[in-house]
Amino acid sequence: MGAPLLSVEALTMRFGGLIAVDALSFEARAGEITAVIGPNGAGKTTVFNCITGFYRPSEGVLRLTHGDAANFLLTSMPGHQITRRGKVARTFQNIRLFAGMTVLENLLVAQHNYLMPNVINGLLAVFGLGGHGRAERIAIEKAKLWMHATGLTARADDPAGSLPYGDQRRLEIARAMCTDPELLCLDEPAAGLNPRESDELSNLLVRIRDGRDVAGRSSILLIEHDMGVVMRISDHVVVLDHGRKISDGTPAEIRADPKVIAAYLGEGDEDEVAA
Amino acid sequence: MLRDAALSALVAFGLFGPMIGLKTEVGVAAIELIYRPIAVLIAVAAVFFGRLALLAWKSTRPVAKAAPGRIAGGMAYVGRYLTPIVLVLTITMPFYAERYWIDLGILVLTYVMLGWGLNIVVGLAGLLDLGYVAFYAVGAYSYALIAQNFGLGFWTCLPLAGILAAFWGVLLGFPVLRLRGDYLAIVTLAFGEIIRVVILNWASLTGGPNGMSGIPRPTLFGLVFNSGGGEGSFADFFGLEPSISHRVIFLFYVILGLALLTNWVSLRLRRLPLGRAWEALREDEIACRALGIDVTVTKLTAFAIGAAFAGFAGAFFATRQAFISPESFTFIESAIVLAIVVLGGLGSQLGVALAAIVMIGGGEMFRDFQEYRMLIFGGALVVVMVVRPRGFLSGRTPSVSLGTKRKIGADLMTEGHG
Ligand SMILES: Nc1ncnc2c1ncn2[C@@H]1O[C@H](COP(=O)(O)OP(=O)(O)O)[C@@H](O)[C@H]1O
Ligand SMILES: [Mg+2]
Repeated sequence: MGAPLLSVEALTMRFGGLIAVDALSFEARAGEITAVIGPNGAGKTTVFNCITGFYRPSEGVLRLTHGDAANFLLTSMPGHQITRRGKVARTFQNIRLFAGMTVLENLLVAQHNYLMPNVINGLLAVFGLGGHGRAERIAIEKAKLWMHATGLTARADDPAGSLPYGDQRRLEIARAMCTDPELLCLDEPAAGLNPRESDELSNLLVRIRDGRDVAGRSSILLIEHDMGVVMRISDHVVVLDHGRKISDGTPAEIRADPKVIAAYLGEGDEDEVAA
Repeated sequence: MLRDAALSALVAFGLFGPMIGLKTEVGVAAIELIYRPIAVLIAVAAVFFGRLALLAWKSTRPVAKAAPGRIAGGMAYVGRYLTPIVLVLTITMPFYAERYWIDLGILVLTYVMLGWGLNIVVGLAGLLDLGYVAFYAVGAYSYALIAQNFGLGFWTCLPLAGILAAFWGVLLGFPVLRLRGDYLAIVTLAFGEIIRVVILNWASLTGGPNGMSGIPRPTLFGLVFNSGGGEGSFADFFGLEPSISHRVIFLFYVILGLALLTNWVSLRLRRLPLGRAWEALREDEIACRALGIDVTVTKLTAFAIGAAFAGFAGAFFATRQAFISPESFTFIESAIVLAIVVLGGLGSQLGVALAAIVMIGGGEMFRDFQEYRMLIFGGALVVVMVVRPRGFLSGRTPSVSLGTKRKIGADLMTEGHG
């Protein structure tokens, strides 16, 4: 069992009178896939938005501890620093690619901070100074590795917006991985995929977790409705309902928990649990 | 269809009724009001039938979504051959054209440069800036003030003017960074006006409405251009007959050089991480943030670099005219430059150059029809927006590729929302 990577402590998020996340605590451990599940509106995306700095939590602490023991308090970092220094990357429930840019360009934008450590460096590059050429070659190599890992090599020069849906989902993951994250947060990556594509996706996520046949490895925090995917690949599952944690454990424990079944039955989504 | 046209006519009546229908004339005793019902009728009828014709034309055309890739490809083809032709014609212009045309060329090139500069902000970074002329003014006044108060020459002041304009770009950038879309546009518009009004009212420094005159002319490695010739002049050094047209030709090459510099820098930036981050910002700001890109810094650099080029152009304007006044920096200038960028196609260098030639060059030629210029200008804008909403040469070429670069149709791109 890995060391705690992300610890969420009494996280609360209020929108006016609505309590979207209510005193939530859980841990995501290094080297694991932690799934966050729950009916629609349970507050899963809100948790992600708090972790990645898009929302400032009303209360609570988000602590991140890297493998080298570097410690970050995410609640007091500006959004882009959470990715840059905290090494947390994410994807979005409704895909957010740079549609008018090619697959390769999308993957290079993700390596922006490596390619351009600061503005002075970025401006020097106009005059061919600052070793930009070498950095760009390395970045392209890395992009190639991720295109290979996600099966997008043939699409390298196509605009992201013209890709089929499944490819777009995988590209978003490849793009997030190009930032070299320690924690990869995926918001419903299997939504809208057919069974074969979901299988490939599960496979990819496991490879990313284990650093097998891919260009980097990362622990994963996964929001997913497809219970097949969740049960197959997660090491640890957290169940939310109405902003509260109702269960927390291994997939087998979750499947047997009557509270989880009740929450899903209440939503009329029993077939999802049955899967 | 009829209903739609009737509705348009009604709106036109509401607008034109007071605007055209009532005319004030200075009478014997007081101002008299003259009613012109016939003129209103003509205008309203024109709108009615115009709208009808437009709708009829649209309904005969299948929904114009045909093969954007092919259109983009065709445009790239045109661009490949047109660019060198335009460039050669421009560089050799002083050898075959008369003084009037060279003067016009200088004017057009100034707008080409402004267009390319604004293209960085609007076309690449997707930040709608309606106050671009403010930086043009900062550049012009910086040069005039530094030259007059500290006696520095054009070539020393040029970078200073650019740096000062960039500084103001950052200063404007800070407060407006949180704003997006329409809000950003309005604040930048206000900023442009503020700069102008300050220049207008700070008479002790800027001469207020009287402007500043006697701004020094540029020199070529210390050689001056004047009509008298004499020691240290260009004509004397090269043993030529002193002529004022030397200076015009020199100015022409200066602005051509500056414009090409703007073009080179923006083309180069597009292929570098900074330019790519600007385009990514235009496509999706939230995704940029999630990738660890500092959105604030990225926007500020776009503002600053765009402003710096306006500053250079402003310094050139000042040295060319030798006289500047706030009148040269009104909102209409911002609007014209923005129109050039939009008509040419956001992000397209050749498109912007062609749009500047058509709008400024064409506008000058229509000088005889002074009263109709704005009408033609407005009409052209409407037609282009109907026929090609993304501008004439829109779409983009990828900044990097593994195989061959294929042009990306504008239909996939996002204009940006602020
Ligand atoms: N920015 C916001 N403003 C107001 N309410 C929000 C906002 N974001 C989320 N919510 C509310 O918080 C609740 C949880 O939403 P969300 O986290 O998107 O759920 P999930 O991702 O689990 O389906 C919902 O009731 C939603 O309406
Ligand atoms: Mg959600």
